[in-house]
Amino acid sequence: MAASGPILEVDGLAVSFPAKGHRTEVLEDLSLALDRGTWTTCLGPSGCGKTTLLRAIAGLIEPDRGSIRVDAEFAGLSQIAYLPQQDTLLPWRTALRNAILGSEIERRPRADAIRQAQGLFERFGLASAMDQYPSQLSGGMRQRVAVIRTYLTHREILLLDEPLGALDPLTRTDLQQWLLDVWGELGKTVLLVTHDVEEALLLSDSVLIMTPRPARISRIIEPELPRPRSRTASDFIDQKETILGLLTGGKP
Amino acid sequence: MSNRLRRILAPIILLAFLFGLWELIVRIVGVPGYILPPPSRIVVTFFAQFGFLWSHAIVTLAEITFGLLLGSAGGLLLAAAIVYVPLIEWAVHPLIIASQMIPVFAIAPLLIVWLGYGLWPRVVVAALICFFPVAINGVDGLRATSSETLELFRSLGASRWQIFTKLRFPGSLPALFSGWKIAATLAVVGATIGEWIGASRGLGFLMLESNARLRIALVFAAILMLTLVGLLLFGIVRIIERLVLRWRRPASE
Repeated sequence: MAASGPILEVDGLAVSFPAKGHRTEVLEDLSLALDRGTWTTCLGPSGCGKTTLLRAIAGLIEPDRGSIRVDAEFAGLSQIAYLPQQDTLLPWRTALRNAILGSEIERRPRADAIRQAQGLFERFGLASAMDQYPSQLSGGMRQRVAVIRTYLTHREILLLDEPLGALDPLTRTDLQQWLLDVWGELGKTVLLVTHDVEEALLLSDSVLIMTPRPARISRIIEPELPRPRSRTASDFIDQKETILGLLTGGKP
Repeated sequence: MSNRLRRILAPIILLAFLFGLWELIVRIVGVPGYILPPPSRIVVTFFAQFGFLWSHAIVTLAEITFGLLLGSAGGLLLAAAIVYVPLIEWAVHPLIIASQMIPVFAIAPLLIVWLGYGLWPRVVVAALICFFPVAINGVDGLRATSSETLELFRSLGASRWQIFTKLRFPGSLPALFSGWKIAATLAVVGATIGEWIGASRGLGFLMLESNARLRIALVFAAILMLTLVGLLLFGIVRIIERLVLRWRRPASE
């Protein structure tokens, strides 16, 4: 195990999809690196290929070119946990049993998994949801359960695809703070994709700006903002303006 | 009056009205009992002959139950095969639909030639008729899995068997139960047809025999018993459905 150096390295990644006789380039020569225990956010306009990037890293689509290495190894998929954008809780399982899905598939001892999940549910304000079915939970609660499920896969790298995208602004703000609390306590390396500039600035150690299709990383911004961050601090607002400027291609 | 009570009472009142009309017409016109007995005589016959009717009903119930189980198991297996093996889908799917154009009446006498006069030909007729709704709904249900959830399972390293048992099969249960409810009612038809072709016991046999002897009240009493047996079976499937699909209720409210 290489303790130094990035835990995840994506190098020269290119992905294209067939479309009416030719191929549409979605990602083109995209490179990025994540340091262990950090929070990185890919920020880009809608439809720029953010989901494709995560699916490629998760090993769900075969890239045309490029490499993905975890701890300098090529076969590191078992270290990556992916949380898809859509609600993927199983409606026939209670929240707690949804959360232990990863352990169940990896055939870990069930009693341990349940005990651990109960602990996390209680620590992160989900105790009341434990025995409820997803249909009985609010959108915000469902996403919390899905995030806990991702944590309980015992994998080192978490890929989060706009986990707060479908929530109302109030719940969203609430969950951003909640995500920070969970991350602060449980560690892990996070790669989030979103189109919400404030969200990226609030959560991340580094923000990677993506170009429109075919997507590359055009800039890396490391917000030098002390945590906990405040949306109303003047530094925060300045950085937000800068990033908005980059996203709109310098246009006012 | 609450809506719930109204919904329970509405069919009962309609039925009582229709039976009342029937009773009235039969009595006014003076239709002889061996052509159309009044409902009151059917009910009297039903209770007077209850033990006798029940002894035949048990046989029919056994045929229906075994037929339903056999047909469901076959339907589910075929549905899984169709979903998992493209070649089976291409080869078998159109043939199954075509097979439904063959009336079960046409096959039933052959089954007696092949399987003899025991319980089995009737069980197989019931199974043949149940099999179709289970298979068709099973295919739809097993395919209802969203591609995102499938990707989640694949990213967790799930095996094909785990994807089936933890994702596709539980996800197909709502559709499967719709199929099973249809199958439960069709199984009654299947068993009765089987008994008409050749049997020495059962409600279908009793109907045919009583009909030949012009004991029409008994024919109707047997029909009533058959209806109750069918409703009982349907009710059991409904109860199992509610228990298994507990998670669905909050969403439907």
